[in-house]
Amino acid sequence: MSDKKDKLMNFLADCAVPIIFIGLSAAAIPLSGFSATYLVQEMLSRLARNSFLVLSLLIPIIAGMGLNFGMVLGAMAGQIGLILVTDWAVVGWQGILLASIVGMPIAVVLGYICGAVLNRAKGREMVTSYILGFFINGIYQLIVLYCMGNIIPISNPQLVLSRGYGIRNAINLMGIRHTLDNLIPLKIGTIDVPVATFILIAIFCLFIVWFRRTKLGQDMRALGQDMAVADAAGIPVERTRIIAIIISTVLACFGQIIFLQNIGTMNTYNSHDQAGMFAIAAILIGGASVSRATIANVFVGVILFHLMFVVSPMAGKQLIGHAQLGEYFRVFVSYGIIALALVIHAWKRSRDKIEARKNLRGDAK
Amino acid sequence: MEKINKFIENAGWPRIIIGLFLLALFAAAPFVGVRLDTSISDTLVRVGMNGILVLAMVPMVQSGCGLNFGLPLGIIAGLLGAMTSLEIGIQGSIGFVIAIAIAVPIAAVLGWLYGQLLNKVKGDEMMIATYVGFSSVALMCIAWLMLPYTNPTMIWGYGGSGLRTTISVEGYWLNALSKYIYIQIGEFLYIPVGMFLFFGLVTFLVWAFFRTKTGTAMTAVGSNPEFARASGIDVDKMRTVSVVMSTVLGAVGILVYEQSFGFCQLYMGPFYMAFPAVAAILLGGASVNKATIVNVVVGTFLFQGILTMTPSVINSIMQTDMSEVIRIIVSNGMILYALTRKVKVKR
Repeated sequence: MSDKKDKLMNFLADCAVPIIFIGLSAAAIPLSGFSATYLVQEMLSRLARNSFLVLSLLIPIIAGMGLNFGMVLGAMAGQIGLILVTDWAVVGWQGILLASIVGMPIAVVLGYICGAVLNRAKGREMVTSYILGFFINGIYQLIVLYCMGNIIPISNPQLVLSRGYGIRNAINLMGIRHTLDNLIPLKIGTIDVPVATFILIAIFCLFIVWFRRTKLGQDMRALGQDMAVADAAGIPVERTRIIAIIISTVLACFGQIIFLQNIGTMNTYNSHDQAGMFAIAAILIGGASVSRATIANVFVGVILFHLMFVVSPMAGKQLIGHAQLGEYFRVFVSYGIIALALVIHAWKRSRDKIEARKNLRGDAK
Repeated sequence: MEKINKFIENAGWPRIIIGLFLLALFAAAPFVGVRLDTSISDTLVRVGMNGILVLAMVPMVQSGCGLNFGLPLGIIAGLLGAMTSLEIGIQGSIGFVIAIAIAVPIAAVLGWLYGQLLNKVKGDEMMIATYVGFSSVALMCIAWLMLPYTNPTMIWGYGGSGLRTTISVEGYWLNALSKYIYIQIGEFLYIPVGMFLFFGLVTFLVWAFFRTKTGTAMTAVGSNPEFARASGIDVDKMRTVSVVMSTVLGAVGILVYEQSFGFCQLYMGPFYMAFPAVAAILLGGASVNKATIVNVVVGTFLFQGILTMTPSVINSIMQTDMSEVIRIIVSNGMILYALTRKVKVKR
């Protein structure tokens, strides 16, 4: 009896966050007054835009390294690729491919650095990767703001600041805008479906499913369960952790390129910051926790988070007459949800520990 | 030679490198046309402004709660005090005292709640603190728009409601502490003695607190919670007290900052304010679980010195403004160093 009740409680606890968000959206959609077609179109394009970035978080979670706040490293690598490709004026899907090829080695190097740093901070990977993101951001700014244009040649004057070096704050990605989304055109009614992007995302999901079954994937799951046991079983702990982070960083690099080709303009010094925060908020809203995440969490999360994203400013305006208020509410929700998810996770972990201690005592009453 | 080695070991390489860098900046200043006395006076003012915010890290580090990335919570309490004091509209030092009197109880309540939360999540404090800070700032953004303040210097001119993003304290309690007692030598060298006296007083109180029974118990909790529990110390209570202290110090710290700076920054203003304070105390030689008053003073001086000197000196040398990038790299590099160092020592 109590077992059944426990199961139900556990299920509710696992799904609490998505349920709350479904409730919030259900209240906010009618308030905002958006039409169904508009919302479907928005959701489809946002799903295509963001899923890849969010998916890149999965592998470190499997490996027990928590939410990879270091994914912004990959995003920065992708942006460097995009800057160079824009400079070389390579357009169309070839441009996207080239940007990925340029960004990938940078992402691998950054991922290796990130993995090595995190190996020295076991048990506090999240806060370390978070600060590492800021640190590498400083170096990224150093390179993009001071080295590009004099040390690294940039020939396109539209990219360079008027002082002769450094990249402008906003870069127009006209050449590659929507080229991936529109590679295979499909229109249902008035709704555009970015087929090629979805195919890429699907391939990537298959990759994850396949990857979890490989030797390396199994090693990572073992690591996620218990690092000491995995070590005793002969799994090279540090190496496997570095590989997990490298994969995540490279995928985040591709994800950021896909994201920006959909947006069409790149905010040189801000785009990557937001990428990390939004992706993490999205996966948590989808019901993932710090130690457990599935592909379903990703898609549910992206849809719910971005529904909130689209609807809340309008709902705020209708409700209180202040669009800015809805905007602040959205910011609050995205940070609050990360805080809440972290708290729930930490709380659960300490409760599990007490429970485990109790079990050791045996049945004596 | 041995002495030098010992000194290096005690001080740690990053601190020595940064210290030498700062020394080089001061030495180079006269040659690139930056006045040395102005630089020193700017550095001192900034040390006084930020000192208490950095000091706010100490209690939580000592009780084992880690670096207080949730400092924005205290800052919010301070801002509420400042706003209410401006609304009441009493000028001069009394206005400043009123601001503190309002801010401290709010900070105590927020700190108590925050402490309860942190007691539930032992081991993950830092990440959660960061996001508690962020989300409270975002929540307060809504509050700043809605709160019924009416002083016309504070609210938006159009619409007639909602607080402005930056609010000047000029005409109320600008430099309430700094100008209380100050030394002015020549045209450029200015030392805000009043602010330093206040900083010294607060620092002394914190120092004295850690000499009391409660303070010692708190340090014990930070060094070894199991041992502290075995010797009959209420671990959770000590941690809560330390969090309340940190939050209250954060609230007082931001008020001292504002009276010298001259402006209150609302909305997203407090968002990243924890990071410079964290970086400063780490630069002073604190680690994730041990911090002293000396760390605070040395760290604040080094960090603020770099912040003051890099824009003026580096800009004159290289004709570009790299200070922001240097700030980001130095401060986050310091935090990263501290986070990765402890584990190595443990082995």
